[in-house]
Amino acid sequence: MFLINCPYCGERDQSEFSCGGEAHIVRPKQPTELSDDQWAEYLFMRKNIKGVQFERWNHAHGCRKWFNMVRDTSNDKIHAVYKMGEKPPVE
Amino acid sequence: MTKYRVNKTKHVDQTKTVSFDFDGKSYHGFEGDTLASALLSNGVHLVGRSFKYHRPRGIMSCGSEEPNAICQINEDTDLTEPNVRATEIELYEGLKASSQNCWPSVNFDIGGINNFISPFIPAGFYYKTFMWPKSFWKKIYEPLIRWSAGLGKSPTKPDPELYDHKHVHCDVLIIGGGISGIIASKIAAKNNFKTILIEDKNILGGSTIFQKNENYKINDKYSGEWLNEEIAELKKLDKLIIKTRTSLAAYHSYNYLLAKENISDHLPLDKRNGGIRQRLWKIRADKVIVATGAIERPLIFNNNDRPGIMLSNSVKKYLDFYGVSCGFNNVIFTNNDSAYETAVSLKEKGISVEIIDIRKKSNSEIVKNAEQLGVKIYWNSTVVNTFGLRKINSIEIMNLSEDGSNVVGDKNRINCDCLALSGGWTPMVHMHTQSGGKLDFREIDQTFIPNEINKNHINVGSCNGDFELEEIINNTNKKVKNFLKVSETEFDNISILNSKELDKRNLWLLPNYISEGKCKSFIDFQNDSTAKDIKLALREGFKSIEHVKRYTTTGMATDQGKLSNMHALGIIADTAGVKMGTLGTTTFRPPFTPLTFGSIVGRSVGKFFDIIRKTSIHEWHIQNNAKFENVGQWKRPWYYPINDEGLHDAVQRESKAARDSAGILDASTLGKIDIQGTDASEFLNRVYTNAWSKLEIGKCRYGLMLNEDGMVYDDGVTTRLGENHYLMTTTTGGAANVLSKLEDYLQTEWPELDVYLTSVTDHYSTASICGPNSKKILTKIFPDKDFSDDAFPHMSYQNGKIDEINCRIMRISFTGELSYEINIESKYGKSLWEKCIEAGKDFKITPYGTETMHLLRAEKGFIIVGQDTDGTMTPIDLQMDWIVSKKKYDFIGKRSLYRSDTIREDRKQLVGLLTDDPNEVLEEGAQIVSDMKKKPIEMIGHVTSSYFSPNLNKSIALAVVKSGKKMSGQKLIVPMENKNINVTVSDSVFLDKENKRINA
Repeated sequence: MFLINCPYCGERDQSEFSCGGEAHIVRPKQPTELSDDQWAEYLFMRKNIKGVQFERWNHAHGCRKWFNMVRDTSNDKIHAVYKMGEKPPVE
Repeated sequence: MTKYRVNKTKHVDQTKTVSFDFDGKSYHGFEGDTLASALLSNGVHLVGRSFKYHRPRGIMSCGSEEPNAICQINEDTDLTEPNVRATEIELYEGLKASSQNCWPSVNFDIGGINNFISPFIPAGFYYKTFMWPKSFWKKIYEPLIRWSAGLGKSPTKPDPELYDHKHVHCDVLIIGGGISGIIASKIAAKNNFKTILIEDKNILGGSTIFQKNENYKINDKYSGEWLNEEIAELKKLDKLIIKTRTSLAAYHSYNYLLAKENISDHLPLDKRNGGIRQRLWKIRADKVIVATGAIERPLIFNNNDRPGIMLSNSVKKYLDFYGVSCGFNNVIFTNNDSAYETAVSLKEKGISVEIIDIRKKSNSEIVKNAEQLGVKIYWNSTVVNTFGLRKINSIEIMNLSEDGSNVVGDKNRINCDCLALSGGWTPMVHMHTQSGGKLDFREIDQTFIPNEINKNHINVGSCNGDFELEEIINNTNKKVKNFLKVSETEFDNISILNSKELDKRNLWLLPNYISEGKCKSFIDFQNDSTAKDIKLALREGFKSIEHVKRYTTTGMATDQGKLSNMHALGIIADTAGVKMGTLGTTTFRPPFTPLTFGSIVGRSVGKFFDIIRKTSIHEWHIQNNAKFENVGQWKRPWYYPINDEGLHDAVQRESKAARDSAGILDASTLGKIDIQGTDASEFLNRVYTNAWSKLEIGKCRYGLMLNEDGMVYDDGVTTRLGENHYLMTTTTGGAANVLSKLEDYLQTEWPELDVYLTSVTDHYSTASICGPNSKKILTKIFPDKDFSDDAFPHMSYQNGKIDEINCRIMRISFTGELSYEINIESKYGKSLWEKCIEAGKDFKITPYGTETMHLLRAEKGFIIVGQDTDGTMTPIDLQMDWIVSKKKYDFIGKRSLYRSDTIREDRKQLVGLLTDDPNEVLEEGAQIVSDMKKKPIEMIGHVTSSYFSPNLNKSIALAVVKSGKKMSGQKLIVPMENKNINVTVSDSVFLDKENKRINA
């Protein structure tokens, strides 16, 4: 059970949040121009890495805002949280 | 006083007698006793039978590591509880406890025969034996295993007790109230940290509190006496919360910990008064100090499991804390100095004791002390066998060879009634590793100790591998000061006298003259795994410690291997010839000691199990005899039986009334989302499959929503209330998910859209009136309004007023009948409903529930998302091509509609089914086949909705069938358990294909 620092509300218990999977997968602007393989790549393929991962989280039982989080999945250390649309931290 | 109660201590009040029952026999103990100490004071050692071989077993320890003394308490009451450790349960008046895993009794147990056939039931016996013949499994093996498996009996009645949860935040949490925990608490609380100290026993002080030995002194006082004064001072500090009878269950990441507080388990049943039994503390601590201590190791030798064989420090605690001597003729078998404290304590009370030490010699202060008192010590010796059926009566010892790999010389027999073992100490690193911490292996005393990298917790005392008093105090003081950034403490300059251990020798498995195959050297006492089993597993090719553990079941009993895991590792390392440090350990998982289900669920039982949502009309439904069904968290009227009508009859009557005259449905539970913003139309274009830009204000439209994978996700009617204002309805169960999905797209993919979403499901109540007379009823409710088809056409909406209260009237239909929905603020829902019923009286308006609604829409072939779809159906599969816009450039799921998989023609598609016998109603979920001859029979689909239609007077069904679109008129078979039902594929619209009734 980690503590998550919601960029809008501050530190809250993990039970208030839901995880939305890998972040920075942009929905193609022109899906009709894509081949089946390219569309499948967007639709299905996720990395699910052991280690530092960029994720989408939603403060579902709070402000209902989506934001991004950098988390090490091997030890649950949260390296950064940032708002949607903001640039991910480099390191 | 019984003869075993030899000592008066301040922890047991020998003026207050407590009577209790064990295995049907009455005994007496005193206030302050545990069940174990009270049994021992009555000379009872034999308390149970082992799991596999049913060998007699006795009390071994005095704490949570106890493998043998596990009991069933309060049998035959609704408070019965299995697998309770006698060493942990505090004695109370009237306690009834019994042994487990024995039949007919602990003294004579039929299962004991397993002990004699043990050569035939080695490790992996179950895996190897019950494989064949296959037919034996169901009738012979399974019932037999089920009868003999398991330890206690689980309760059969509901738990009558209350459980509680408490959420707490603190600066410093200290786990364990032994000497190091007390020092840490004092430093933290005195330096203004909000501190919580938890201790699983009923008093503080750990194993130091009963320490009274000349060789261990602090500031010239006995260490126990010194600690007692410290505790008295500690209790006066106001920054500190002390919780005794509270055991830590789990240490999760970010210093989130669970602890279970026992509130009433120590009270007699008649004094519990229906209060809270246990409380689960959910603690978020800024800093955690782990001071959980260490567990004494047993020694592994032949027949090391007889009643009367105990851990040395436990023998000492029973003597010095509870005043009970476990025997009068004691032998201590050790590899270290700590056992000599037990010997000195016994000898000082005039009780006979001898020591067998595997070390060659030691000259430490405590050893000299024992020698001076005249304790006979056998150096460089080992126990090779023990004797005594229900209690130990003698042992056989031999000398060890130089390297300890063998025994030499003659056998020497010694009589005894208690054999105390000390194989050194294992730091309790459970909490450290649960939190994600790693371990280092320390060669010198063969222990795993914490490797601290986490900045938010430290380990102090013997759980950190500090075993000597001086180390414990000084290192705890130093570490806590550093951790809390405190510059000085009262523990900086205290004088400590401490006998130091000078010699060490460790042998994981002691050698014997008896061949290995004939030795029963128990490692895991509760699960009956022996050294032989571990070696067999290695010979059979198991290498990983995790595999060996599961194959031999070592460490998998209710004690989770607190006594056994280290020896298993040691023997694996020795046998495989690898270094123990490289093996690693098995994973330490929460909970540390078993939690009750009650404490986990807390108050979330019965009506608090889940949220119950009721519409504002709920009371009326109850008064009118509605039967309810759960839809998500909602209670929805299912049907309204008249007198003793059953479901079928009620639904037939309701359905007919709705089509013949008028019916009314409470549709308040449908999800409602208010959508506003200048881009609202564009937003709907992107989330629904059909086009929305041209929908006029005041008009309604049905929409279908897909997932990005092209599968149907939700549906509902959306009404345009204004230029930039829509009201979307969703399915009852899908409301919350649809809102979050829409929010997700708005916030993350299309932040440029000016759209705002608000859930208004609870804000409005909805009465839906349908049937040929509905127009007349609406006219009575709204006399000023023109309900002609021209003024108020199908799929349109108008505002109305009832007694000055605004409402919205939508002419939409989910039944295929002429139909209106009235939305009104929830607080007026019931009066609106009553008004409708009153206005409909002349037309025999009939309230109908969800079952009739389902039937009516099925007659029209309307789908229910979640019933006729299952997340694998595209709109094309549902034959709803008409709703998928060809012109729109994009919408959620569009691209997926022509992936190679979604354009397959043999996908399951929605069709109607008519049974050849019109009275035969299919079962929902039944499989459909076309060819019964070709084996294996291919299942080509299943029934999704099925009813007897009173309006068509025949059975109708919807189904999904492979290539169903092309099968119209084809005969198929629905095989059931007793017969095959013949069906014909039909159109999915059964009634009023021309849509005449909507404008009737």
